Amino acid sequence: MSLDFTEHEEAFRAEARTWLAENSPGRLPSMDTTEGAAAHRVWEQQLASGRWSVVAWPQEFGGREATLTEWVIFEEEYYLSGAPTRITQNGISLLAPIIFEHGTPEQQQRYLPTMADGTDVWAQAWSEPEAGSDLAGIRSTATRDDSRGGWVLNGQKTWSSRAPFADRGFGLFRSDPTAERHRGLTYFLFPLTADGITVRPIPQLDGDPGFAEIFFDDVFVPDADVLGGAGDGWRVAMSTAGNERGLSLRAPGRFMAAADQLVDLWRERGDEAPTMRDAVVDAWIGARAYQFYTWGTVDRLQDGGDMGAAGSVNKLFWSDLDVGLHETGLALLGAEQELRGEDAPHGGRWMDDYLFSLAGPIYAGTNEIQRNIVAERILGLPRGEKRS
Amino acid sequence: MRFAISAEQRSFGQALTGLLTAADVPAATRAWAAGDDAPGLRLWGQLAELGVTALVVPEESGGIDGTPLDLAVAFECLGHHGVPGPWIESVALAPSLLAGTKHHELLADLADGTARVTIAAAPLTPYALDAGSATHAFVLDGDALSAARATSELTSVDRSRRLHVVEADGPSEILADTAVARGLDLAALACSASLVGAGERLLRDSVTYVGQRRQFGRVIGEYQALKHALADVRVALDFARPLVHGAARGLESGGDDATRDVSAAKVAATDAATLAARTALQVHGAIGYTMEHDLSIWILRVRALAGAWGTTSHHRGRVLDHLMRSAACTSD
Repeated sequence: MSLDFTEHEEAFRAEARTWLAENSPGRLPSMDTTEGAAAHRVWEQQLASGRWSVVAWPQEFGGREATLTEWVIFEEEYYLSGAPTRITQNGISLLAPIIFEHGTPEQQQRYLPTMADGTDVWAQAWSEPEAGSDLAGIRSTATRDDSRGGWVLNGQKTWSSRAPFADRGFGLFRSDPTAERHRGLTYFLFPLTADGITVRPIPQLDGDPGFAEIFFDDVFVPDADVLGGAGDGWRVAMSTAGNERGLSLRAPGRFMAAADQLVDLWRERGDEAPTMRDAVVDAWIGARAYQFYTWGTVDRLQDGGDMGAAGSVNKLFWSDLDVGLHETGLALLGAEQELRGEDAPHGGRWMDDYLFSLAGPIYAGTNEIQRNIVAERILGLPRGEKRS
Repeated sequence: MRFAISAEQRSFGQALTGLLTAADVPAATRAWAAGDDAPGLRLWGQLAELGVTALVVPEESGGIDGTPLDLAVAFECLGHHGVPGPWIESVALAPSLLAGTKHHELLADLADGTARVTIAAAPLTPYALDAGSATHAFVLDGDALSAARATSELTSVDRSRRLHVVEADGPSEILADTAVARGLDLAALACSASLVGAGERLLRDSVTYVGQRRQFGRVIGEYQALKHALADVRVALDFARPLVHGAARGLESGGDDATRDVSAAKVAATDAATLAARTALQVHGAIGYTMEHDLSIWILRVRALAGAWGTTSHHRGRVLDHLMRSAACTSD
């Protein structure tokens, strides 16, 4: 990278690189298995002990108060070291930013330290069978219980990532059935072990239970576990959706590392699939473009801008890049591409990561939703057919 | 760490945009295509006054000694407005090649806009653009540079690109490898920036059009199929530009990765601009498929620039060669 980093940033990079070289476990078993989840929790504790688990957070919650630039530097080094995708990602990337923004000091003290050290793994519980990308269609209810000072949750959430092995969940419930779709929603935090909660794991396309359905049967949640105000859930949730679709979930180091592995695979297998040359190069070019694009975004954010609808451009690009990159990797493996697990070349890494990539264009607002956002909010095209 | 263009570069781009928006560039481009150079040369002079022709000429030769990123900013504007003439050849390529040769005195005339240079450099760009209106023509053959004369004219798909077959007309001088490599990288960079600019223009005009054109009782921009196609163009251009700027920064600091990044930029810019052109034609429908409509200026320009200063196949090859080399080094 031929960008001018400050001495302080370079020192930060060097410290991260050294620590990761000495501590990175490399690939771990899937976090969506009993064994893998346990291994990931150990790794999260180790990260936290080196104060690398939440580098951008304030010191008092276990962070290093890293700047946005330093955070991206850390992410680059993290993935270059071969370290695994984070089991704490839902909490750190999606929930923590809104606990910082909307949470009370008491909630911050109660939730952030155990999130930082991996004690509590969080699952997101947004989607419902009738409300996927269309979150405003949520039907699960929260009924006021003044006698106990809280709310009673009922209904069903589904496609809840990490839920089978997580400790706690966060999600939206309809607290005012008379209000319009976007209003009358409230944001709740709850333990997945609470009375009345049933978690039913759902095997994903990769065979592991990365999803679950969560059933709520008169689950009591005290007022202390409402995030933001009652009825304010949509605004709170949107502040995390922008985050998820934007920079935080997909740092460039992840794609650059995968693209470099693809180039290595081309060296190893290219002779067997010479027509894949352009696809290999284009995947690498895409990862490089994403890296530069991210540095531009960092600049804009540090100048006081926000991601806004550009997060949708970002998500469209990386999700398509990720799928294409892994399809190319599989093509290079020839007939062995369909094998999974230890029998497969490279320990099955290409098929595992391909199956993972296939979720990218679906979650966090499908790519069709994202294209509408880009067309309407960035290009300024008319909304057309009525949506309430 | 800064990646975004500077405030000075932004205001430079705004000055160019202001000048070119006020000028009737499509008319100048159409005149240029018909053999009338006068409006195009007036533009050349006006842009020279803003410093475009002096951008990468050294200060001692009357230039600005600007950066490759300055060049990228300028060429995105030129591409956006479809300005005709041998700009890449004169502004991006010639200064690197001519410095240190007996032609170095030409640099001052290039800088102030009184000279216009065209250069054929087979196999990347075998024909000299606008040799008829340029004041000087050269042939670059490997590392040998010679003055040249035009022998015949060829027809480009973009009629405002008047291509000429040229042959050496005088003794050749051997250039330093680094001068040739830098010149060709700057040409490919300027070409990439032009493509991004042209792609942005195609997208902008398409968005305007679909917001006005009505079919089946509604504005066609309401149809999701068109929205999604145009959103994909937005994404492609948004990720091509950082490669152009990143490559420019690399050329500025002289890193070994710069050449690879220039090639990556040419590939991405060509692909993004081609998508913009095809999408623009599709959303305009039959009216876009006419020479009368100004859209033709950019659709055909993109097609022509796709092959100039290295095809995507050439540049993909360069990216892969570099990756293979660098990976081989790290595995030793």
